[in-house]
Amino acid sequence: MTTLSTNSTERKPLIKSRALRRFLSHKLALIGTVMVLTLTLACFVGPYLLPYDELYIDLMSRFAPPGTNGHILGTDPLGRDIAARLFHAGQISMAVGFAVMIIATCIGSVIGVISGYYGGAVSAVLMRVVDAFLSFPSVFLLLALAAFIQPGPVMIALIISATSWMEVARIVEAEVKSLRNQDFVQAAHMLGLSNRWIMFRELLPNAIGPIIVAATLTVARAILLEAYISFLGYGIQPPLPSWGNMLNGAQQYLANAPWLAIVPGVAITIAVAGFNFIGDGLRDAFDSRSDLG
Amino acid sequence: MARYLLSRLGQSLILLLIVSFIGFAVLTLAPGGPLSQFALSPGMTQEQIDKIASQMGLDRPVVVQYFDWLSHLVIGDWGTSYRDGQSVLHVIGSHLFATLLLMGTATVISVTLGSSIGIYSALRRGGAFDYTMTVFAMVALSIPTFWFGLIAIYIFSLNLGWLPAGNMYTVGDGSVLDYVRHLIMPATVLALVDVAIWSRYMRTSTLNVVNQDFVRTAKAKGLTGRRVLLKHIVGNSLVPMITLAGLQLPMVLGGALVTETVFTWPGMGRLFLDSLGYSDYPVVMGLLMASAVLVLVGNLLADITVALIDPRIRLD
Repeated sequence: MTTLSTNSTERKPLIKSRALRRFLSHKLALIGTVMVLTLTLACFVGPYLLPYDELYIDLMSRFAPPGTNGHILGTDPLGRDIAARLFHAGQISMAVGFAVMIIATCIGSVIGVISGYYGGAVSAVLMRVVDAFLSFPSVFLLLALAAFIQPGPVMIALIISATSWMEVARIVEAEVKSLRNQDFVQAAHMLGLSNRWIMFRELLPNAIGPIIVAATLTVARAILLEAYISFLGYGIQPPLPSWGNMLNGAQQYLANAPWLAIVPGVAITIAVAGFNFIGDGLRDAFDSRSDLG
Repeated sequence: MARYLLSRLGQSLILLLIVSFIGFAVLTLAPGGPLSQFALSPGMTQEQIDKIASQMGLDRPVVVQYFDWLSHLVIGDWGTSYRDGQSVLHVIGSHLFATLLLMGTATVISVTLGSSIGIYSALRRGGAFDYTMTVFAMVALSIPTFWFGLIAIYIFSLNLGWLPAGNMYTVGDGSVLDYVRHLIMPATVLALVDVAIWSRYMRTSTLNVVNQDFVRTAKAKGLTGRRVLLKHIVGNSLVPMITLAGLQLPMVLGGALVTETVFTWPGMGRLFLDSLGYSDYPVVMGLLMASAVLVLVGNLLADITVALIDPRIRLD
């Protein structure tokens, strides 16, 4: 086994360092990294620095505008501190995003590698299923699922994953298909390695670049989708806060308490844009052709 | 051409079959089910619920239910709404126009604006405009559509009072101008994401065309820069965009659902949410199918259009 993988272990550090150099010279990617790190830090450390608990209801100070009485981002219709809720919501929304990334990337990789490796009828069937999932507007399918299943953060992550794995599957399938006839795969066959070993130990690691890019973009997508369904009332249920469900009642108070709508929306945009920037930087870093243009 | 059409039609039908199966499985196997609505009524006994179930055919095996539903679907009987007993096709049909109007307008906006930005970025690659638009596109892709809608309502309806905050027309007015005034905000909000996507793809597409031989030939013939741009570059870089428009359909439709909710637009998206609220399974299922049909037909039309325009592509 070890002799077989020398080829790839010799190449990898070089690719990695070049990719890392490209990534670091990508301005947007760095900005994205800073945005994501800052937001993560705020969400996990912020709650300890605030004077109010996220569940503390103070009916005497409902709809306090930002800046009053230690409520730096104001209060909501129940007098709860928005900053405290925003940070806790961030923990949940980002946790959902990462969970979806892991689940969807696993599903997509397995289906993609099987389809790409075996080709033929297996591939035809699996890829038609991918096409079928892609012809639903994903929000429709998501809502249909979320409306009839008791939503909790875990369930929401699973449901979003169920509608987010197709992109990875397509990417992995294309990569594996192009690698399948290369010498190192032939060599692995001749050594008598099992199909499973070849698929997951030989082929999949070679597609790691595009997978990482797709995974990063999946986090962004998952945070957005969670916001969509929670905004519509079918996602994370209060009192558990999420960025999406904080916006749920915001529309009716838009005229008098616009901060209810503005604050969580800005947080979502920063998080999603941050992950999109990072994904874009990674794509350029892994794609050797990007040197040309 | 005819053979190609037939095979594409066949593929689309197979895809629809898979779609219908996934949709049906999702709705049938999810807990709750159509009967949960009846179980909520006071004084309802399990016996009565069982009776309703057998009346509605819900006590049969899922596979039997699926094929029963499918065979009715094929002959145009999409079932009746649990809510008001109207036929599902009729309910969907009465909401179709509003959604198509919204999507159509948004597509026109995103195509014109997105392509212009893309072409200009490509011609001035690496310039300030190109860079700004790259960042704009990625930020636009990161803003939740519904939130952009809320902010637009806050600014243009509540503060400036320029545009109505919702609905498709004013009761008692209903003139074309009135429709337009109601349409501007939701269509622009829905178009935002697509403007970003179109500008990126159009930029790439234009960059590909600019370096082609026929552009050099056109310039060598002594044609003016403007003529080369309009006739040779724009025309040719638009062709792959038609396919893109087809592929974007599910996203636009999904975006329409959320936009319709924010702007109380009486389309299919609102209907979908209302039906979910009432556990109105036949309508939900019908809408899932209708959206899939819309997407597949859109893609088919896009492919045919490309083949008709581009002489290099022969459909066989």
